[in-house]
Amino acid sequence: MIALADATFVRPHIAYGSLWPILVIYGAACAGVGIEAVLPREWRYLSQVLLTLGSLVVALIGVGFVAHALPSLGDGAARGLFGSEGTIALDGPAMFLWGLVLVFGIGGVLLFAERRVEGGVTVFAGQAAALPGTETERRASGLEHTEVYPLLLFAIGGMMLFVSSGDLLTMFVALEVLSLPLYLLCGLARRRRLLSQEAAMKYFLLGAFSSGFFLYGVALIYGYAGSMDFGAINEAVANNSDQTLLVIGMGMLAVGLLFKVGAAPFQAWMPDVYQGAPTAVTAFMAAATKAAAFGAMLRLFYVAFGSARWTWQPMMWVIAILTMVVGTVLALVQSDMKRMLAYSSIAHTGFLLTGVLGLRSVADQNPGAITSLQAVMFYLVTYGLTTLGAFAVVALVRDSAGEQSTIQRWSGLGKHSPVVAGVFALFLLAMAGIPLTSGFTGKWAVFEVALSAGAWPVVIVAVLASAAAAFFYVRVIVVMYFHEPDSESAYVTHPSVLSASAIGVSAAATIALGLVPGPVLDLASTAGQFIR
Amino acid sequence: MTDYVVLSSILFTIGAVGVLTRRNAIVVFMCVELMLNACNLALVAFANQNGNLDGQIAAFLVMVVAAAEVVVGLAIIMTIFRTRRSASVDDASLLKY
Repeated sequence: MIALADATFVRPHIAYGSLWPILVIYGAACAGVGIEAVLPREWRYLSQVLLTLGSLVVALIGVGFVAHALPSLGDGAARGLFGSEGTIALDGPAMFLWGLVLVFGIGGVLLFAERRVEGGVTVFAGQAAALPGTETERRASGLEHTEVYPLLLFAIGGMMLFVSSGDLLTMFVALEVLSLPLYLLCGLARRRRLLSQEAAMKYFLLGAFSSGFFLYGVALIYGYAGSMDFGAINEAVANNSDQTLLVIGMGMLAVGLLFKVGAAPFQAWMPDVYQGAPTAVTAFMAAATKAAAFGAMLRLFYVAFGSARWTWQPMMWVIAILTMVVGTVLALVQSDMKRMLAYSSIAHTGFLLTGVLGLRSVADQNPGAITSLQAVMFYLVTYGLTTLGAFAVVALVRDSAGEQSTIQRWSGLGKHSPVVAGVFALFLLAMAGIPLTSGFTGKWAVFEVALSAGAWPVVIVAVLASAAAAFFYVRVIVVMYFHEPDSESAYVTHPSVLSASAIGVSAAATIALGLVPGPVLDLASTAGQFIR
Repeated sequence: MTDYVVLSSILFTIGAVGVLTRRNAIVVFMCVELMLNACNLALVAFANQNGNLDGQIAAFLVMVVAAAEVVVGLAIIMTIFRTRRSASVDDASLLKY
């Protein structure tokens, strides 16, 4: 049994020198909660926005320094170290994804802080506890919830921990830390509050359900391997012959992660939540959650279950094909812009899973060829920036009742707001994967790695799905440019410099990554492999 | 030893079936908590089998996470209840198709 009586306590080694970007984020989040408690209401907005933006920028710069200083391991294929006794893996891919999540976080703050569109207040409810349609709510209409900024920071911190977790328990805790703030943020819309609250409840109940599956998977894998550490699990997978617990546990962990990325058949929450949540939250969530969840999924399946590749790859084949088909077919029949983008996001999950299927052992890999990990990380950059920008534009198209996301009401947008319509058309073309945009290079990268790993049936479905997807993206462009505006058409509200810069940077990146993808691809290849 | 794992899997199944069949958001949420507790039982049983403490520590952290989840979950469900005077998950059906 467990003999601990004579064990001496050994102080754990924690690599503060490499962990500090994540600690900055958590520290700023806690400071943000303190600001809510002590500062008077009129000062909170400015101090929260500055604190949040400042900490994100500092952490982003920090990630650059930490990544530069990572030690090289073994044959040089991977760089990194384990912080805090193996629970956190600080390696190249983790740093890449940290940077990515922080960039999406900065975009998220810029959208959260937008005040001009809503007429001087942010898009979040003045007082979430006030009942819709009551006198209390009208009195609260001039107030703002500034708690959203600490919530955002906690979610970002959870995402950073998620992609760099070195054992299953850390991964579970990180999953909850990133999810709980997002559940709350979804329910805080200023307008259409019933939809927003309903989205929050659906997201919460389904999210908690899926994390229950994830946790049972953790328990079973722990029973199988005798440890929660990814390296130890990998050894157990390579040495144990009895695979029953492994297969069941792996399936349950996959349910939890596939739910977070929105893969079929676990995609049901996505359209509802994306539509009901405040658009600024949707923009951040669509980009950053997907990056974090794919990062964690790659680490789990490559590092812990890499030796059991032949067990999980057939499952992923089926799920990738199903996700692309479901996402594309259902996006074809949507009449709401946010719902259509949500289904398109499901289809993109399928394309990303195609990249995940490209895993091969290092020996099979052609030297210099792009690896599956690099392809997926590059796709996450292109997809995330495009999606963030697209939802940011959706937040600007309004009529007297607030945001107008019915596609038919966008008729003639190209005539009276050529710039905004043009930028949105660019994002749509990038999502469709038209050459010279970032979407094309991203898709090319994931299809290439999947083909070279022999997953050609999935790639054929992916190409067909891309072709079908072009139809619903182009349909929106036709509505914007070739339909005459009528009295019910929505108009574009001029954003402040905050939203405008988020949209501008996303658009610039969409073009730049399409024309010269080299630098970001190089960065992804410098990141190397996961440490084991 | 196997008995504990079988019991935990039965509890987990009861919880999962409850989430899928019950209509009151609070009861659905209680079923999720039942699933988490089933996980705790499995973790502690496996810790005993493996002879290390990882599973027991995990069980403590799961309790903390479950407590945090209750805070967030009840806040959301209560807001919905105050708005609609109903905690049924079937009534919340504005978002569809």
